[in-house]
Amino acid sequence: MAELTYREAVAYGIAQEMRRDSSLVILGEDIAAAGGVFKTTVGLLDEFGPDRVRDTPISEQAILGAAMGAAMTGVPVIAEIMFSDFLAVCWDIVANEIAKSRYMTNGQVSFPLVIRTANGGGVRFGAQHSQSVENWAMMIPGLKVVAPSTPEDVVGLMAASIRDPDPVVFFEHKALMGTKAEIPDGEIVAELGTAKVLREGTDVTIAALASMVPRTLDAAERLQQDGISADVIDVRTLVPLDTRTLLSSVEKTGRFFTVEENPRLCGWGAELVSIVAEEGFWNLDGPSIRITTPHIPLPAAASLEDLALPSVDRIYETVCKSVESGGGA
Amino acid sequence: MYRTLHELRGFGKRAHDLFLQNLVKGTTHLSLGQEAVATGFGAALQPDDYTFASYRGHAHSLARGMDPGAAMAELLGRENGILGGKGGSMHLTDASKGMMGSYAIIGAHLCTANGAAWSALMRGTDQVAVAFFGDGTTNIGAFHEALNMAKVWSLPTVFVCENNLYMEYTPIDVVTAVEHPAAGRAAAYGLEEIMIDGNDPDAVHLAARDAVERARSGGGPSLIEAITYRSGGHSRADPGKYRPPEEVGAWAERDPIPLYHARLLSLGVEEERLESIQEEVAQAIDVATEFAKAGAEPDEGSLLTEVYADGGSRWRN
Ligand SMILES: Cc1ncc(C[n+]2csc(CCOP(=O)(O)OP(=O)(O)O)c2C)c(N)n1
Repeated sequence: MAELTYREAVAYGIAQEMRRDSSLVILGEDIAAAGGVFKTTVGLLDEFGPDRVRDTPISEQAILGAAMGAAMTGVPVIAEIMFSDFLAVCWDIVANEIAKSRYMTNGQVSFPLVIRTANGGGVRFGAQHSQSVENWAMMIPGLKVVAPSTPEDVVGLMAASIRDPDPVVFFEHKALMGTKAEIPDGEIVAELGTAKVLREGTDVTIAALASMVPRTLDAAERLQQDGISADVIDVRTLVPLDTRTLLSSVEKTGRFFTVEENPRLCGWGAELVSIVAEEGFWNLDGPSIRITTPHIPLPAAASLEDLALPSVDRIYETVCKSVESGGGA
Repeated sequence: MYRTLHELRGFGKRAHDLFLQNLVKGTTHLSLGQEAVATGFGAALQPDDYTFASYRGHAHSLARGMDPGAAMAELLGRENGILGGKGGSMHLTDASKGMMGSYAIIGAHLCTANGAAWSALMRGTDQVAVAFFGDGTTNIGAFHEALNMAKVWSLPTVFVCENNLYMEYTPIDVVTAVEHPAAGRAAAYGLEEIMIDGNDPDAVHLAARDAVERARSGGGPSLIEAITYRSGGHSRADPGKYRPPEEVGAWAERDPIPLYHARLLSLGVEEERLESIQEEVAQAIDVATEFAKAGAEPDEGSLLTEVYADGGSRWRN
């Protein structure tokens, strides 16, 4: 089939599921007539009508509260929070209500619910519109967390998230919106909790997510020229986390790196590294290294933002240095 | 106020030009067409009063006396920007001028304006805090929480809703339960219903003076709804096509600048004087642009400054 951009893949994936399940609805700010501020919901209003594709006020608590109430009473819902930074405004509903209700009620209620949101930096939007916050969601028991890096994964993981009976926070990356790829014909459904090995290597394992995936692939290409062969793993879903793929890769390579956009402290890379330390320690030939943004809010100026986010150069250099020294970065 | 109107307009247009030249990256939210609100309020405030703006904060910042060169340099992400390139268009701030920030998360700054107003009471000053926001903002919880607290604590906060009829792309009436998103809800918080022509700097100034005076003299908060219109799109990427051309045309007739120009002439101000003000402002915008363009890219080391109060970003030993 034709090529789709990442942003088109979002609408394509949602439409695929809205056709399959006529009870599925979507709501959010500017998502209907306007087609979403990132143009990720273009065409949905025309095809499915205003009862199923609903514009909301700027009322994030009301959006997610309504999504929760509808989902727990039998109507599956996709809710858009425009920028992931704004999750903070409705975090009570996400962290205390949606995530915990199944547990607190001993399984009486269920949440077929997807919270979609545009995540991450690289587009010069400044500190309140550029954060990578997938780690906020990852630390709350009860939520599933997905962050695709390609158009095909957007469609497949969207389907998997919508069909999943648990609440899923689905992070679409702003800086990837314009990337394009061929996607297969027919229904596309991926599986949550499966990482993807994008490149096979023998010397190092590099795990990346979302916008860091293409950068890591570029870095791996350069490493190859230096004779360092990298296994590049797109983690794809943080919860459930595919530790088997990570650990077996490390078993093969003996060296582990993570590349993430989060500020330094408590990013998902720290979790992965500690899992590898606990369960794969005897396979390690050196320290595991996290490549992250420094522990700072993201600056607006282009030159500073580029400096802050892990770049192809930084990934390449960090891995090289560590491999050459046989130790840390 | 005639001068300020032109400064705000000239700055906004130049910011747009610089964006088209790819010198302003990221996003900008211009307030072309809405300048009368910031202008009328700017003239009613004392230098030590506080202003809190949304991401659409260029005009409010300049109207409080922010240096236009430093503001322009910030849009360009330069070292000589008012925030050294760290903040950008959406976060313009100049605490030395009482401009306590531009906030990109809807509604938050209404609550923080209350804090500044409360602090003025605690410190025994007569400062007031003014918060500017859009019609769409009236639908978030923070708006309602801020108004209620301001009223029960009798805070010197002035809430100014610039109703430009749209949130981003969605007309405000599609997502709002009352016809007038701010004024129509004032009674719910025990406040007077105040609605003004937001394209008339004099009307804004009079309402501002009253509200600020009330706040300063212990009379508590006010909520003002100024009806206005943005002549462009919501942000740099938006051509604003969702708006009916007749509507855009009708509001163009009500552009505050020619209207104010005509009023001043009718009051006997000489055309020459107005022209010379325009020229001075045009020159000042050129000077600001040159200042901004001449700025260096921020120093790499500045990436790691000002995360914590010691000026650095160190979080471990
Ligand atoms: C909590 C939150 N939700 C959504 C947004 C995205 N957003 C930015 S501007 C805007 C519309 C605001 O409309 P209005 O309050 O009328 O202000 P105007 O842009 O007209 O000045 C929205 C929805 C945001 N910045 N913060």
